[in-house]
Amino acid sequence: MTTVSMTVNGKQVSADVAPNTLLVQFIRENLRLTGTHVGCDTSQCGACTVHVDGDSVKSCTMLAVQADGADVTTIEGLAQNGELHPMQAAFKENHGLQCGFCTPGMIMSAVDLVKRNPNPSEETIRTELEGNICRCTGYHNIVKSVKAASENMGG
Amino acid sequence: MSVENGIGASVRRKEDQRFITGNGHYLDDINRVGQAYGYFLRSPHAFAKISNIDLTAAKAAPGVVDIFTGADMVADGVGGLICGWGITSKDGSPHNAPPHNSLAVDAVRHVGDQVAFVIADTLQQAKDAAELIEVDYEVLTPVTNISKALAPGAPQIHEEAPGNLCYDWELGDKAAVDAAFANAAHVSKIDLVNNRLSPNPMEPRAALGEYDAGSEELTLHTTSQNPHVARLIMSAFLGIAPENKLRVIAPDVGGGFGSKIFVYAEETTTIWAARKINRPVKWTSDRSEAFLTDAHGRDHVSHAELAMDNDGKILAFRVSTQANMGAYLSTFASAVPTYLYGTLLSGQYKIPSIYVEVQAGFTNTTAVDAYRGAGRPEATYVVERMMDTAARDLSMDPTEFRLKNFIQPDAYPYETPVIMTYDSGDYPLAMNLAKEMIDYDGFAARKAQSEANGKIRGIGTAAYIEACGIAPSAAVGSLGAGVGLWESAEVRFNPTGSVTVFTGSHSHGQGHETTFAQIIADKLGVPIESVEVVHGDTSKVPFGMGTYGSRSLAVGGSAIVKAVDKIVEKSKKIAAHLMEASVEDIEHEHGVFSVAGTDKQMTMGEIAFAAYVPHNYPADLEPGMAENAFYDPLNFTFPAGTHIAEVEIDPATGIVDIVDWAAADDFGNIINPMIVEGQVHGGVAQGIGQALLEGVVYDDDSGQLITGSYMDYCMPRADDLPSFRITTTNTPCPSNPLGVKGCGEAGAIAAPAALMNAIVNALGKDIDMPATPEKVWRAINSN
Ligand code: FES
Ligand code: FES
Repeated sequence: MTTVSMTVNGKQVSADVAPNTLLVQFIRENLRLTGTHVGCDTSQCGACTVHVDGDSVKSCTMLAVQADGADVTTIEGLAQNGELHPMQAAFKENHGLQCGFCTPGMIMSAVDLVKRNPNPSEETIRTELEGNICRCTGYHNIVKSVKAASENMGG
Repeated sequence: MSVENGIGASVRRKEDQRFITGNGHYLDDINRVGQAYGYFLRSPHAFAKISNIDLTAAKAAPGVVDIFTGADMVADGVGGLICGWGITSKDGSPHNAPPHNSLAVDAVRHVGDQVAFVIADTLQQAKDAAELIEVDYEVLTPVTNISKALAPGAPQIHEEAPGNLCYDWELGDKAAVDAAFANAAHVSKIDLVNNRLSPNPMEPRAALGEYDAGSEELTLHTTSQNPHVARLIMSAFLGIAPENKLRVIAPDVGGGFGSKIFVYAEETTTIWAARKINRPVKWTSDRSEAFLTDAHGRDHVSHAELAMDNDGKILAFRVSTQANMGAYLSTFASAVPTYLYGTLLSGQYKIPSIYVEVQAGFTNTTAVDAYRGAGRPEATYVVERMMDTAARDLSMDPTEFRLKNFIQPDAYPYETPVIMTYDSGDYPLAMNLAKEMIDYDGFAARKAQSEANGKIRGIGTAAYIEACGIAPSAAVGSLGAGVGLWESAEVRFNPTGSVTVFTGSHSHGQGHETTFAQIIADKLGVPIESVEVVHGDTSKVPFGMGTYGSRSLAVGGSAIVKAVDKIVEKSKKIAAHLMEASVEDIEHEHGVFSVAGTDKQMTMGEIAFAAYVPHNYPADLEPGMAENAFYDPLNFTFPAGTHIAEVEIDPATGIVDIVDWAAADDFGNIINPMIVEGQVHGGVAQGIGQALLEGVVYDDDSGQLITGSYMDYCMPRADDLPSFRITTTNTPCPSNPLGVKGCGEAGAIAAPAALMNAIVNALGKDIDMPATPEKVWRAINSN
């Protein structure tokens, strides 16, 4: 067992975990933050995407111990003071989700995408979201949501 | 008068708030105190006899609670998994349905077949213990390809299915078809493979089983599209528990596309084991297991021939298909290549006679069952590839050929030669709209431009039809279904005016919580925020048949309307009493009850309150304001439309770029246009996936699944797809009170044929799905 400590959604957390514990397991099982999902076992789907020190990371590709001391944000930490993040609001407004299972990862990736590309074209959005699989929406409305959010985020 | 957030409004979805904030409750998000974890030991072989299973070392491993094998379940009297639809072969014999135990008893028949269920305190302990189980396999030669499996001398997979045949079925008038062919001026032919697909909802299947020794109640949380059907099958056929002692809950479910209709071995074993160990057990599939065990879709091999007269009028159509059922017969597998396929082979066309025969057989592969569209995409693929081939043979424009042969808008009800009665539609309208949207007439110029740029351009059309709103119980019963396909609903007013709607439909992405609430808002004037839609729990919802076959709105929504009608009827009596008028004089609109010719009126909320506080109340009326209804439709519904795809191919790489997509769909009346559009997008994306990217591949010799992860099975990603242009036409459906037809499957049905016709048009030669760059490149570079 190894002790890991990190800040998750602004709260200091600490736990003893087996050294092979993935960050996503730590988030879901130790912290019971179940908004971060697991959709595959080959780091392909992006359902597990969170922010580690401000960058989007597939939390199934990272060990919990690697995030020791990091500042982690999950989907549960995105809304501030009960106010949806513009990306969350845009997904709702533009029907960017259906079953919602890919959505937390998709939103976390999209927030990072817009941070790096403040005014993304449709092509940029599609290329950037290549690591997040959605089986429901055909991506049409996801692209629309990200575009709309980028405008609202002052891009 | 239209109502805020009523029928026809693109209301933003009520369910989204929890999903975008990470507060949904998908199955693996649910945990119970003291739960143990289950892990399945699976067969590494495609076909083998099991001579012995030694659990000694595994049972002694740390953390192990217990380990079960097929023998334990048999000894406990647990029945096998069943197929709920009986198909009769040409010779009158019933289909062959070999036994299907949840855990293998003496043989394994596909890679991934369940051999043992290991339960431990942690998942890691269960996995570690599984490695210590010693299984003695006698490995046999497998067969994975359906044509090889049905050929003489193939390995025999089940004793109960000689020659690996499940059934040899036919539909239509063979003699009439043969006669028409004998006299035809033109005959066109085509051979097609409909590639096997893995449905891949993003949430993997999972189950959480609990047993309450006090009440002797079992509760199964499961990723199901139809929890009541799961309960029925587990009670009646597996004997897990009586229906009144078995609660099945399907919470937020992350997509289904058909694959979560079925009653699977894992869910069944999990709930059975929970009682055995008297402790909650959770099993969550990982993606690798999903590829091995979630029922696959499609996998047909077909030959089709079309007879035409001198004028290009269709005279007759005949189709011969082989359908792969996989290793076992899944819950509704038998119906897919028969009554959901053969019955749709008339397409949108006036075809005097049709004959289809289907041989379904077993192979050493994962079971095949309904996947988005189920039978209807396969039918549309055959019909629409056939139409393009015929047009090409006749040197006609494919859309002109179709327009010439369409069933005309004044021909309804139209009876096809394959036992369907189409109720409404306007096929030329949809086709002409789609042609306009994509500027069909400007294609030649665009093609020339592409050519100048060294690219090859193609355009392809698919005019699809589907039978949805599944389905009238009497009709499906006469065709072999073991269940009725009605739907139920309860509309319950609370004394303070809020409403709870209980529906037997199940939403796993379709947005029922919004669409159904819109119906209540519209019909009863209740603010949409005050309507709660409850689904997916057999202890809350009286009954239900679930969601598949684009049936939720047409059948489930209609049940809600019937319950609403009862509410209105009762409310009129209360309103009449309270406003001292006769019932006949009470008029109702959107939740306002008024006395004709006066300004006296009461709202639905006031009446509901009066019904629960009946101090001044009609003497002969029961208090309370809750009504339930069962609705059994009169007919299927028949959504139809035209999709046109335009592609540009780079001859250097073989990469197909979808440059445009235009669709005109007729879904009848529409409750929420935003949701409907989303359904079309998703369906088209899955259809494009089938045509360009996806395909389950087995190694022919070993029977190993080659496409077992997202590294090998190509899922459509954002940069593989275009944006879509879609519109709807609207011929209201005459057979349900909402006039709706259903929209969930249309895209997946239309898209493969439209896209493949575009690629074939570009290449000038036939090519099979998936049209990967390699295949396209080879086609370009072969003679
Ligand atoms: S679960 Fe992390 S990428 Fe799929
Ligand atoms: S919304 Fe279902 S997977 Fe994206």
